[in-house]
Amino acid sequence: MPAVSKGDGMRGLAVFISDIRNCKSKEAEIKRINKELANIRSKFKGDKALDGYSKKKYVCKLLFIFLLGHDIDFGHMEAVNLLSSNKYTEKQIGYLFISVLVNSNSELIRLINNAIKNDLASRNPTFMCLALHCIANVGSREMGEAFAADIPRILVAGDSMDSVKQSAALCLLRLYKASPDLVPMGEWTARVVHLLNDQHMGVVTAAVSLITCLCKKNPDDFKTCVSLAVSRLSRIVSSASTDLQDYTYYFVPAPWLSVKLLRLLQCYPPPEDAAVKGRLVECLETVLNKAQEPPKSKKVQHSNAKNAILFETISLIIHYDSEPNLLVRACNQLGQFLQHRETNLRYLALESMCTLASSEFSHEAVKTHIDTVINALKTERDVSVRQRAADLLYAMCDRSNAKQIVSEMLRYLETADYAIREEIVLKVAILAEKYAVDYSWYVDTILNLIRIAGDYVSEEVWYRVLQIVTNRDDVQGYAAKTVFEALQAPACHENMVKVGGYILGEFGNLIAGDPRSSPPVQFSLLHSKFHLCSVATRALLLSTYIKFINLFPETKATIQGVLRAGSQLRNADVELQQRAVEYLTLSSVASTDVLATVLEEMPPFPERESSILAKLKRKKGPGAGSALDDGRRDPSSSDINGGMEPTPSTVSTPSPSADLLGLRAAPPPAAPPAPAGAGNLLVDVFSDGPAAPASLGPTAEEAFLSELEPPAPESPMALLADPAPAADPGPEDVGTPIPEADELLNKFVCKNNGVLFENQLLQIGVKSEFRQNLGRMYLFYGNKTSVQFQSFSPSVVHPGDLQTQLAVQTKRVAAQVDGGAQVQQVLNIECLRDFVTPPLLSVRFRYGGAPQSLTLKLPVTINKFFQPTEMAAQDFFQRWKQLSLPQQEAQKIFKANHPMDAEVTKAKLLGFGSALLDNVDPNPENFVGAGIIQTKALQVGCLLRLEPNAQAQMYRLTLRTSKEPVSRHLCELLAQQF
Amino acid sequence: MIKFFLMVNKQGQTRLSKYYEHVEINKRTLLETEVIKSCLSRSNEQCSFIEYKDFKLIYRQYAALFIVVGVNDTENEMSIYEFIHNFVEVLDEYFSRVSELDIMFNLDKVHIILDEMVLNGCIVETNRARILAPLLILDKMSES
Repeated sequence: MPAVSKGDGMRGLAVFISDIRNCKSKEAEIKRINKELANIRSKFKGDKALDGYSKKKYVCKLLFIFLLGHDIDFGHMEAVNLLSSNKYTEKQIGYLFISVLVNSNSELIRLINNAIKNDLASRNPTFMCLALHCIANVGSREMGEAFAADIPRILVAGDSMDSVKQSAALCLLRLYKASPDLVPMGEWTARVVHLLNDQHMGVVTAAVSLITCLCKKNPDDFKTCVSLAVSRLSRIVSSASTDLQDYTYYFVPAPWLSVKLLRLLQCYPPPEDAAVKGRLVECLETVLNKAQEPPKSKKVQHSNAKNAILFETISLIIHYDSEPNLLVRACNQLGQFLQHRETNLRYLALESMCTLASSEFSHEAVKTHIDTVINALKTERDVSVRQRAADLLYAMCDRSNAKQIVSEMLRYLETADYAIREEIVLKVAILAEKYAVDYSWYVDTILNLIRIAGDYVSEEVWYRVLQIVTNRDDVQGYAAKTVFEALQAPACHENMVKVGGYILGEFGNLIAGDPRSSPPVQFSLLHSKFHLCSVATRALLLSTYIKFINLFPETKATIQGVLRAGSQLRNADVELQQRAVEYLTLSSVASTDVLATVLEEMPPFPERESSILAKLKRKKGPGAGSALDDGRRDPSSSDINGGMEPTPSTVSTPSPSADLLGLRAAPPPAAPPAPAGAGNLLVDVFSDGPAAPASLGPTAEEAFLSELEPPAPESPMALLADPAPAADPGPEDVGTPIPEADELLNKFVCKNNGVLFENQLLQIGVKSEFRQNLGRMYLFYGNKTSVQFQSFSPSVVHPGDLQTQLAVQTKRVAAQVDGGAQVQQVLNIECLRDFVTPPLLSVRFRYGGAPQSLTLKLPVTINKFFQPTEMAAQDFFQRWKQLSLPQQEAQKIFKANHPMDAEVTKAKLLGFGSALLDNVDPNPENFVGAGIIQTKALQVGCLLRLEPNAQAQMYRLTLRTSKEPVSRHLCELLAQQF
Repeated sequence: MIKFFLMVNKQGQTRLSKYYEHVEINKRTLLETEVIKSCLSRSNEQCSFIEYKDFKLIYRQYAALFIVVGVNDTENEMSIYEFIHNFVEVLDEYFSRVSELDIMFNLDKVHIILDEMVLNGCIVETNRARILAPLLILDKMSES
């Protein structure tokens, strides 16, 4: 090795650095830096041409200044000039400057590209490597356009040097990631796969990274890599290969390459070829065996490298999930690590075992380690290790050990770090619900949660306990008794008051027989907490009180007294005041029968995915950005927004008074008259009332909208609070939709939820519901980068006449979206009359300083406002005949684009919105549907008939509606779907 | 994939930073401060992996210098952990007993070494002799 002197002869640099080091304050440092910057600037600007040495010195100084966190806004041109130098040293420093300081938006790219082009053509491997490194580091689209065609050629050329191939592989990977469209697969792909056979290990190392990325998008093109990777791995693991050169690290042959190969294999299912599979299993067994052998070196580097391979091997075994023998061996190996003195190994073992727990083959084996894991939860000094232990307990939990695990987690919760309490609470709540044999245990557990960590019990959790208690009548009495007891504690958490208030309001009568919990006792217990609670809770309690009046007429006078008190009737909070006024009036004017109807017990909630599970999914992985990933990985929820359901709206006790009327649970989509009836009831009650203005009674529409409103306890008016006018952006804001906008829109004709759009930066998810002529849409914007988006502004634009046809109200969203975060936007939609063009969604933001904009079609099509109609065959034919004018019919004959599966077709038609009518068409192969399109101005009856012809792979679709454009438009929309 | 590679001393001064995804300069300073803070707050009993935002930090301490690598979830923690050591051994060989000063005064060379080892966020070379080869050519040229 050459003796490298400190500063390497560059005195000026050494002086500058020691000056900086001697600076006593930040100000002094900045002053010194500014002085230096001025000096360098004048040198660069000066007339005298700088020699290579000085240029190098100044560039080094600039690099150092940049490292200290100061932006460098000059010198770029000088660096570009260095690129064309013939001296390696100068060229090198020029490239270094550019790859550190120049980002992909620079205007200099064209000049840089020029220099790169020359170096790539130079056939000098050192120059070529520099140029390739630069592309790999900067990787802008312009560079991709300039070089995407050349790089594959360099990569697979027979005469390229090894180091050039290495750089070319990673360079291509960069271009592919940045702009996949510029790197078309071609005949080079097969040759890239064969790089796995390259005799040079460095080339293999680089190639594996490239192949791993490419094969994820084009698995079939790269299938052959599996057998090649297996044979390569096998040669390394068995140390049979002589080509290990110097890639052995502390007696471990090529550890990093082995890890990468094992990772590559995880992109594919187990190999089908028995010989390949046999060879692979042998490899995996060898790795597991080696872990048990005495180490070849006492050095920690040896065991670290060995363990890196071991953990990756276990990941592959878990990925295959098909070899029970290997899975159990993996589990035993991890079990040993659980007690290892190295924290790193304990952490990784816990993490890895977590995935092992979900395999049916190893679940039992994982469970045998429960005591060790519980012990880890109690004694580990590192919070991240404890968190892994909690995750593992959650993963290994089943019916047999649920009580033990839940009680351990509850105990841990008392001392748990604040950062992870909420997650533990969610997990306990989920386990308690999932494995509840008797629901009294479940109720106890949740109340314990509130007692121990009330602050961390989110709404979802206590909503859920209410849902379950409401739906299971065997636990209602117990729940009432338990909350009553819990409320007697001198200090109890506000969440306890909420749960208690709700449950006693619904089921307090079940314990009223006991004189210790007689109605007046229940009331005074609840009311003793009233004054200490927040507005939302007090609002909930007022609802409980009015329910008490119905349940226990003897409390009526007391409660009316409370409602009448000035502190309620004239409360500064609008919601409380309104409730007090309404309830007071309701209790005095309504007859017992009316009261009993209005304040009836809540009907059972529809069964649906647990809202807390959804919340946990969302929390999993920091940042909602990762939650998006989760959704993709989890096969059970193909829809990313499965986890985003605003479920709580079902349980919205704290929401407007409408809840109590049972409006929320009552109207299934097919029964439109119901909410209107219930709404009218309230209006009727008030119409005789002396005090209450009739406008307080929600009409059916308002009730519906508030039903869709996520729980906003503050105010029923929230909906109208900030109605950002949808069409306000000026004309310059209207972008043209991206080319694939129509295709994206088509995906949503028959479904309401899913990923609308995704690119490198942004993912947009949609969840929407429609009822009659109204709809609500949630848009989820996920920032996929780790950089904040600025000036983020999505807006909805109505092209042409659409404004008179469709009203869309949007709420504003925050202008900044942090890296990895997700923001949600709510849209309220009202269909005024039939329409053809969908509204546009225009999203603008700044990413890394560069403005980005994107225009999509919002997935709102006329069929969303479909109301399915059931009718008998003869009615159908009669109506069909009535709509026989030629312009009322639209027909299309088209080729099937998807396999013709009757079940899929049915699902699509139902998703489209019409009812499917059986036994109408004489030919059972055909599909017949009917429905009404609901708009504010008019209703359009629609009949449809779809005739598949399996032989010809064709369909004939006929639409008849009372309105010509609607027929045509529906026909076009639907025809795209098959 | 490796997102960034940092060398930071105990005083929180960055000695080397290399980002494999574009990060704005003001964000960098912020990130580096946070990263070093979370490393400094840890004891020997704690593991060398920290979950930080949507990636993982893997760090090792050498005297007063921390080497911190940010990775996403497609990397094997242990292999990166040991890769850091390999990097340090390469520096050690080149500078014969590397110190913080060597890194400061030879920032360009450290960059060259790192570029040889990691390209576009992927480990590309682990063999010491081959990592140092371009640098030795460079040294020979500047001597002559």
